[in-house]
Amino acid sequence: MKFFIPFAAFGALVALLLFGLGNDPKAIPSPFIGQPAPAFSLPRLYKPEQKISTEDMKGQVWVLNLWASWCVSCRAEHKVLSRLIAETKIPTIGLNYKDYGTEDYGDEALQWLASLGNPFYAVAVDTNGSAGIDWGVVGVPETFVIDKKGIVRYKFTGPVYDQAVDEILIPLIEKLRKEEG
Amino acid sequence: MHTRLLKSFLVALLFALSINASFAVKIEFHDFKTKQQEQLYLQLVAELRCVKCQNQNLAESNAELAKDMRDKTYEMVIKGATRADVVGYMTARYGDFVLYKPPFKAKTLLLWVGPPIFLFLSLFMLFKLIRGQKNQPKESLSEADRNSVRELLASNAKK
Repeated sequence: MKFFIPFAAFGALVALLLFGLGNDPKAIPSPFIGQPAPAFSLPRLYKPEQKISTEDMKGQVWVLNLWASWCVSCRAEHKVLSRLIAETKIPTIGLNYKDYGTEDYGDEALQWLASLGNPFYAVAVDTNGSAGIDWGVVGVPETFVIDKKGIVRYKFTGPVYDQAVDEILIPLIEKLRKEEG
Repeated sequence: MHTRLLKSFLVALLFALSINASFAVKIEFHDFKTKQQEQLYLQLVAELRCVKCQNQNLAESNAELAKDMRDKTYEMVIKGATRADVVGYMTARYGDFVLYKPPFKAKTLLLWVGPPIFLFLSLFMLFKLIRGQKNQPKESLSEADRNSVRELLASNAKK
């Protein structure tokens, strides 16, 4: 007994530290899961006189992807995201977050999409990042899945990778599509 | 020797200070209508956490996101928002994570009561240990034991 207690305490501490080691400190739980999607109405990249809003997406399962041309991991993610969109035909809004650069506004984002391909249903331009803050952006890329009722159901922080697409996103999208709108 | 040690210590200290200074972030200058608003703003940027660079508060961080969050805080304070308004706005978007001082609730219970519990527990253990030592009976040796000890010492001395 005398030796057991310190030994058990040490074991518990090791277990706690091991658990902490496996945790990702950057994975901040999103308070939006299960909440209505924050509304935005932003100019479209290719048709700046038109607006795209969360309201336009009501009644269907859709994806919001936050990206920027200055974001390196967005470039890495692009191929995987394009595959997800091609395979599921999921309408996806690309929220172009604080994309500045050249004086010709939006130029870099356009070049980026021209060279890598544009998988998006629509690209929303969020120059000052206010829609980004409303969605609780920490660092692009971030990907949200929104259900037919306009409720945020899932958030993926960081670049999506193939395994996450096959094991998390595609099954989730299929499940949400079966739900009543 | 001592002076050399002292010198190197001072040099190290100087280095540490200069590095620290270069890390200081230039915070935007803002105009406030009232002293209270300025106080509130300074208090908030010190208390809210930069979610991008997690070990810094908004005031210390020069991350782009921290600047946006400072600007938002300023904008809200200037428009007459209260402390609760700004904190509510930030937690709605970033969760309790954005607060350096987490609220007291079921999920954070262990966080708040854990340290005092550990303190009391360890004080209790310490107290018990000290008491236990005091009450330990003094073992007296019997005459036979003493004799055997003497014999052993004597035989050792001969060698």
